Amino acid sequence: MMRNIAKKIYILLILFFLYAPIVTLIVLSFNKSKTRSKWGGFTVKWYGSLFENEAIMQALWNTLLIAFLSAAFATIIGTIACVSMQGMKKHFRTICLGITNIPMLNAEIVTGISLMLLFISLGIKFGFLTILMAHITFNIPYVILSILPRMKQLNPSTYEAALDLGASHIQAFFKVVFPDLLPGILSGFLMAFTMSLDDFIITHFTKGPGIDTLSTKIYTEVKKGIKPEMYALSSLIFVSVLILLLLVNYTPKKKKN
Amino acid sequence: MNKKLLSAPFLFWSALFIIIPLCMVFYYGLTDQTGAFTLENIKAIATPEHSKALWEAIKLSVISTVICFFLAYPLAMILTGMSTSKNSLIVLIFILPMWMNFLLRTMAWQTLLEKTGVINGILSALHLPALKIINTPSAIVLGMVYNFLPFMVLPIYNVLVKIDPNVVNAARDLGANSVQTFLKITLPLSVPGIISGITMVFVPALTTFVISKILGGSKVLLIGNVIEQEFTQTGNWHLGSGLSIVLMLFIIFNMVISAVTDKDGEANAL
Amino acid sequence: MKKLLALLLCGCLSIAALTGCGNSSSKENVVYVYNWGEYLDPETLELFEQETGIKVIYDEFETNEIMYPKVEAGSSAYDVICPSDYMVNKMIENDLLQEINYDHIPNAKANIGADYYRTARDFDPDNKYCIPYCWGTVGILYNKTMVDEPVTSWSILWDEKYAGEILMQDSVRDAFMVALMMKGYSCNTLDEKELREATDLLIAQKPLVQAYVIDQVRDKMIGGEAALGVIYSGEAIFTQRENPDLEYVIPEEGSNVWIDGWVIPKNAPNVENAEKFINFMCRDDIALMNFEYITYSTPNVAAQALIEDEEIRNSKIAFPDLSQYDNLEAFKYLGTEGDALYNKLWKEAMSN
Repeated sequence: MMRNIAKKIYILLILFFLYAPIVTLIVLSFNKSKTRSKWGGFTVKWYGSLFENEAIMQALWNTLLIAFLSAAFATIIGTIACVSMQGMKKHFRTICLGITNIPMLNAEIVTGISLMLLFISLGIKFGFLTILMAHITFNIPYVILSILPRMKQLNPSTYEAALDLGASHIQAFFKVVFPDLLPGILSGFLMAFTMSLDDFIITHFTKGPGIDTLSTKIYTEVKKGIKPEMYALSSLIFVSVLILLLLVNYTPKKKKN
Repeated sequence: MNKKLLSAPFLFWSALFIIIPLCMVFYYGLTDQTGAFTLENIKAIATPEHSKALWEAIKLSVISTVICFFLAYPLAMILTGMSTSKNSLIVLIFILPMWMNFLLRTMAWQTLLEKTGVINGILSALHLPALKIINTPSAIVLGMVYNFLPFMVLPIYNVLVKIDPNVVNAARDLGANSVQTFLKITLPLSVPGIISGITMVFVPALTTFVISKILGGSKVLLIGNVIEQEFTQTGNWHLGSGLSIVLMLFIIFNMVISAVTDKDGEANAL
Repeated sequence: MKKLLALLLCGCLSIAALTGCGNSSSKENVVYVYNWGEYLDPETLELFEQETGIKVIYDEFETNEIMYPKVEAGSSAYDVICPSDYMVNKMIENDLLQEINYDHIPNAKANIGADYYRTARDFDPDNKYCIPYCWGTVGILYNKTMVDEPVTSWSILWDEKYAGEILMQDSVRDAFMVALMMKGYSCNTLDEKELREATDLLIAQKPLVQAYVIDQVRDKMIGGEAALGVIYSGEAIFTQRENPDLEYVIPEEGSNVWIDGWVIPKNAPNVENAEKFINFMCRDDIALMNFEYITYSTPNVAAQALIEDEEIRNSKIAFPDLSQYDNLEAFKYLGTEGDALYNKLWKEAMSN
C-alpha cells in the first residue's frame, strides 16, 4: 500500500516537473500585458487576435504540412530500409545503421549547416521543398530506430510460410510482416512528426524567403518579445492534442478481445 | 524481389542528404579561407578557450545524463508495472510536452526560475529563502534534464516492457530477493535501453547552445555555443566546421566504446 | 513494391504541385524583402501591396551574420535588405550591393535628415548604397529604485555594489565597445594592446554580471530582474512605457551610434520594385507607423515632425541631438582578421 502511494507520488512529481512550464505558458496566454515578466490582468483577447494574424496561421499551416509530409516520407523510406536491412550481410547492415545514426549524433547545427551548403551547391532555391527534404532526412533515423526492434522480434518463417502458401512477395509483406510492424511504424511516424514539429535549428538554416514555421517565427519574435498570440496558439495546440489523446483512450475499445 | 534493390531509396537518400553534406563539413573543416588544406581548425580545439568550452559541455551533459538516468529508471519500472491498456497513453504523456515549442518551454523555465520569477514569488510568500539558480550551471542542467528526460524514459520503458515476467518470477521462485532479482535479471536485460537512452540524452545535451543561452545567461561558454557563434556571429565557417568535426569524432568515439560493451548490438531499441 | 512506388510518386507529385504554386509567383509583380525580425509594422506591407499592386515576399533574419551568407551564396535572391552599418560596409567591400538611384527614390532625399547621411558616411563613404531606416545609440538602462547614484559612466558596470544586478550584451562588438569606450579607445580599434586591456576588463567584469543577453535585456529590466543593463536606445522607449522606474543614459565617455538601412543587392531580380518599396518606406506617414510599432528612432525627419506625443517627439532618448555628441562612433567592418581577433578575445573572456 505504502509502496503504491510512493509510486504515485513519484509519478506525480515527474509529471509536475514536465508540465510546470507548460502550465506557465498557458497562464501567460491569458496575460493582458505584452511582456512575459509582468502580469497585467486576465484577458482572452489573444485568442481572438490569433486567428486574425495571417502570418501565424500561415506558419501553423506550414508547420503541420511539413511535419505530416516529412513524417510520411520518412516512414515510407524508413520502413523499406528496415525490411531491406534484414536481408543484408552483417557488416553492411552495421554500416547502414551507422549512416542512419549520423544525423542523430551530429550537433543539429552541423546537420543544418551541412544541408544548407548542399542546397546552395546544388542550386536549389530555398523554400518549402528544402525544409521538407531536411526534415525527411533527420526523421528517417527515428523511424528506423523504432521499427528495427520490432523487426528483430519477427519470425522469418511466417513470411516464408506465406510464400509457400502461394502469396506473392507483396502480399506476404502486407498480410504478414506489415501488421506485425505496424505498432513500430506508427510510433516511428509519431516520433518523426513530433521531431519535425519541434525542430528549429535545421529549419532555420534550410528555409527561404517568405516561408516560416512556428519555430522560426517564434525565434524571430524573441527579438522584440514573444507575441502573446504565440502562447495562445501553443496552448490551443496542447489542449487539443490532450483532448484527442483522452478521447482515444477513454472511448470503449470494441477491438479488444 | 531483390532485397538489395529495396534499400536503394534509403541508400540514395542517405548518400545525398547525409554523406555529401558531411563531406562538405569535412571540406570546410580541413581548409582555410583561401581554400588551402590545413589542420589549424582541428587543432583549434587545443586552445584554452575551446578546450575549456568542450570540458564544460562534457561536465554538464554527463551530470544531466546521470540525473536523467536516476529519474527515468524508477519511473520506467513503475510505468511497466501498470496495466497494459494504458501503455500508449503513458508513452504519449511523455511525448506531449514536446508539442509545445522547445524555445517556448525553455523560456517558460526562465519565467519560473528568475529572481522575481514564479517560484521565488511562492517561496517568499512562504517566507522561505529564495532560489538562486538562474544563470548558473545548475539552471543549464535543469534545462537539459527537462528537455531530454523523455528520451531516457522511452527507451528504458520499451525494453522493460518486453522482459518476460516469467523470467522475473522464476528468479523469485528460485529464492532471489527483490534486490537480487533486479541486479541479476532486470538491470542486465535492460542494458540496451539504457545505452540507447544515454546516447539520446548525452548527445543533444553535449551539443546544445539554446539552453545555455536562455537559462545559463551565456555565462558558461559551451562547445555548442562556440560552434554556433562561429557560424552565425563571426561567419568563420572553417573554424566552426573544424570544431564540429572534433565534436563528432568525440561522440563517435563514445559510441564505439558503448557498442563494444553492448555486444548484442541491441542498443538501438527506441 | 509497386504500390509503394506509386505512393512515393504520388507524394512527389503533390509536393511538386505545392511548391510549383510557391515558385510561380516569381514571374509576377513581387519584391523580396529581407529584414530584421519584427522590424516594421506589418500593416505597412499591406498598404504597400494595396497601393502598388506589388506583392511583398517578406523574410526575417536575427543577426547580420546569418543574413550575410544567404545573400552571398545568391541562392535566395532578395531585392531589398536591411543590414546594419558594419555589415553594409562589408557588403560594399565584397561587391554585393548596387548603387542606389536616388532619382527613383525621391522620399529618401526629401525626408531623411542630413545628419543621418553624414553619420552613414562612416561605413558608406558617398551614401551610394544605403538609405538609413532606423538608428539609435547604445547606453545604460537602469532602475531608479535600485540605483540611487547618478549614472554617468560605463564604469558603474564594474561597481561591485551591483554584483549580480548587471546585464551585459551577448555580442562581441557591443560588449567590446563598452570596455573600449570606457578606456577612451575607438570601438573599431585593431590595436592589440588596447584590445588586451578591454579583454581583461571584460574578464574582471564577468563575476559581477548576472547574464549576457541580447534582446532579453528588455523583459528582464521591465520585470525588475536587474538594476543595470546595456541596451539599444530603441528598446529604452518601450521599456520606460512599461516600467516608469527605468531611465536611459548615454555614458559620458561616448558610445556607439548605429544605423540600419535599406540596400539593394547586386543580384536583385526586381530592382524597380525595390526602389518603389524603399521609397514607400521613406514616406513620412509610413515611417511614422513603423516608428510607433517598433519604437526604434527613425532618421525620417518628416515623420519625426508628425509624432503626436510631444514627450516622445522631443525625447532625448529617441532623438538625441547628434551635434551635441562628439564621441559617438559607428561600427566599421574590421576585415576577416579583425573579426577573428575580436572573436578570439571574446571567447577568451567568456570562457574565463
